[in-house]
Amino acid sequence: MEYIINSLERRIPNYIEGIGELKAYEGKSLKANQAGKLASKENADTASRKVVPSLREAVIRSGLKDGMRISFHHHLRNGDYVLNMVMDVIAGLGIKDITICASSLISAHEPLIGHIKNGVVTGIETSGIRGELAKEIVTNCILEKPVIFRSHGGRARAIENGEIKIDIAFIAASCCDEMGNMNGQKGKSAFGSMGYPMVDAYYADKVVAITDNLVEYPVYPVSIPQTVVDYVVVVDQIGNPEKISEGATRMTKNPQELVIAEYAGRVLIESGFVKQGFSFQAGSGGASLAVAKYLKEYMKDNGITGSFASGGITSYMVEMLEEGLFKALLDTQTFDCIAAKSLERNKNHIEMSASMYANPISKGCTAEKLDIMILSATEVDTSFNINAMTASTGVIMGAIGGHPDTAAGAKLTVCVTPLIRKRIPIIVDEVLTVITPGNVVDVVVTDRGIAVNPNNRELLEKLSQTDLPICTIEELKEMAEKITGKPEKIEFGEKIVGVIEYRDGTIIDVIRQVI
Amino acid sequence: MKRLRRTMLFCPATEPKLYINSLIYRPDCIIFDLEDAVTYSEKDSARDLLCEAVKAVDFGDVEVFARVNSLDSEFGITDVREVVKAGIRNIRLPMCESKEDVLKLDELLYEVEENNGIPAGTVKIQCAIETPKGVLNAYDIASACCRVIAISFGAEDFTRVLCTERTRDAKELYLARHYIPLAASAVGIDSIDTVWKDIDDMEGFRNEAREAKEIGFSGKSCIHPLQVKEVHKIYAPGEKEIEESKSIITAAEEAEKKGIGVILVNGKMVDAPIIAKANRILERAMQIR
Repeated sequence: MEYIINSLERRIPNYIEGIGELKAYEGKSLKANQAGKLASKENADTASRKVVPSLREAVIRSGLKDGMRISFHHHLRNGDYVLNMVMDVIAGLGIKDITICASSLISAHEPLIGHIKNGVVTGIETSGIRGELAKEIVTNCILEKPVIFRSHGGRARAIENGEIKIDIAFIAASCCDEMGNMNGQKGKSAFGSMGYPMVDAYYADKVVAITDNLVEYPVYPVSIPQTVVDYVVVVDQIGNPEKISEGATRMTKNPQELVIAEYAGRVLIESGFVKQGFSFQAGSGGASLAVAKYLKEYMKDNGITGSFASGGITSYMVEMLEEGLFKALLDTQTFDCIAAKSLERNKNHIEMSASMYANPISKGCTAEKLDIMILSATEVDTSFNINAMTASTGVIMGAIGGHPDTAAGAKLTVCVTPLIRKRIPIIVDEVLTVITPGNVVDVVVTDRGIAVNPNNRELLEKLSQTDLPICTIEELKEMAEKITGKPEKIEFGEKIVGVIEYRDGTIIDVIRQVI
Repeated sequence: MKRLRRTMLFCPATEPKLYINSLIYRPDCIIFDLEDAVTYSEKDSARDLLCEAVKAVDFGDVEVFARVNSLDSEFGITDVREVVKAGIRNIRLPMCESKEDVLKLDELLYEVEENNGIPAGTVKIQCAIETPKGVLNAYDIASACCRVIAISFGAEDFTRVLCTERTRDAKELYLARHYIPLAASAVGIDSIDTVWKDIDDMEGFRNEAREAKEIGFSGKSCIHPLQVKEVHKIYAPGEKEIEESKSIITAAEEAEKKGIGVILVNGKMVDAPIIAKANRILERAMQIR
């Protein structure tokens, strides 16, 4: 056996059978050697080294170089200042060829157009893109490489299984201490759950916390702990509070959406899934959220208490929790200020990471515990494939979100959509972009008819015995086209501007340039 | 079977999307409004739009009305000529005050029917009673001609002419709202209650609709799609009512076999009017389903 003397004068074998090669201690800081993952006694001064005076300093210390991948979260929604702030610093330092791996990109991130055009940003990985940025990418092809679109679960999977490596995660926090413990529940820019960066923080090489609310150690609750944070930067404002979270998510008054929601509510009830201990998730807007309204009335009338509601959490779901209609809320993303307050004070309102929410290769995700999922769509085709990403013009206008994750996981997946939107038929022969494959969609509910996926014979039989307007998906398509006519096909170029990754990492579709 | 006219959904004729979307709320009747909801400068284009929509949209079994402008206005007669030609078979006549008002439209319709090869008497009339004079002449209006299928009450103009305000407890409408269903019933036609203007006050709307049902109106005018569902709920016979009616009919059939005239069901006397009511409830329940 060969030995080496370590820096503490101890004889250490080079190799032990069954364990392998051993590396002798050299007296250096573990933190310095191991990418800042572990605190050690040598780092008694860590706190003073973690808090850096400026964002510029943090970017420099993090070692950001050309060609690296950096990550952001979109919990600040349209109020986000952080992504643009960081990108301006990076551009100012002359760094190029950066890939942005964001949980999603929204209208607030339009300044990225400039950074793409000047070569600072050359790659984008996200759940969605909106506004001018989307238009520039789809029609003007400002990015050489296609955007990689991942669902929330797919993103968590890709990060955790090493498929993508985040070099530096920039994490906005509305409350943070000098060691980097942080949450999104307190402070002037409170936004609620930190579900998305909870994944990034554990897998990025370097983690930079950015806060406008540095508080006395220790922060509580801890959504992301100090053990994974390298630097803390204090800025004046991480976002615009008015745009970060609105007062309450309003229940729609749109009568058309309410008709859809009422049909969907009846579908859920007739399906037999609305019973003691059932679990539920619905989108935050329009008809999806209104389904919860009809469900609420039925649950109250019949004394039904659900197990949990999950996903993006709105004030309406908080109301249902507080009225005892659900035992818990599992929250990856908090949609409004009432929900954010609830997360802060109610123990049954539980923060969860995007991985716990939807990662398909984790040892169990919440999406797979769901009984009922209500989804929306920009288009549905006669094979029940859903598009929630591109508009009927072919331009990207949405996000994958947890769409394919929850559709695959839930026992009953219901898609709600008007049959016609602004004189455009929504049920089509073939969707422009497949986000969620039709084999995981059980039923499509529109304002004029309901189509059950023939693969789900049991549901079809059940619903056919009711007075609900059940028809085939082809009949729905014909019904729409009878009113609107058949729209002309959009002209696409050959260039691929977006790649849609299914939750397992395989490519389910691509988005081409719109000419 | 008697046609249901529980809900008359008003839609401004100027809104293209309403021609397509109003159907999804499943009202019994839709009234495309060329009168009050349309500004002077849009009168012609609204009429054109309505005529084109009637030709293009399949309204299924929903009864479609056109609320035309007053026949004394510069638009009224053209409204009638054009919408009937386009396919409308029900006219709502505004501000109807006397039998003569109805007969004037009746005469015009005979002419329009003849000119367009439509069998005489096909086009029906709903008379809107919106003034105290109209209320006092309600029976004459209802019985003016066989085209009249319904009379409806309009409280806004009524209170204006009466020089009073419309209040939440509607004392000012008491006589008119009780008299109109009476007049309609005497002629054997339908009566439709006035609109409830405060869309956000659904409770107020429900109360007024419940009262309309109690005092004998066949249905209620609606100005918002969400009101349609509420009226249908109110006008639907309840499960208990249906079960009781079934028991009455069964008992009556058995009594008839035995030659008994008056019987007791659940301790209550049942005779011919009660049996007729039970039959009406079951018929309505079947229609709604």
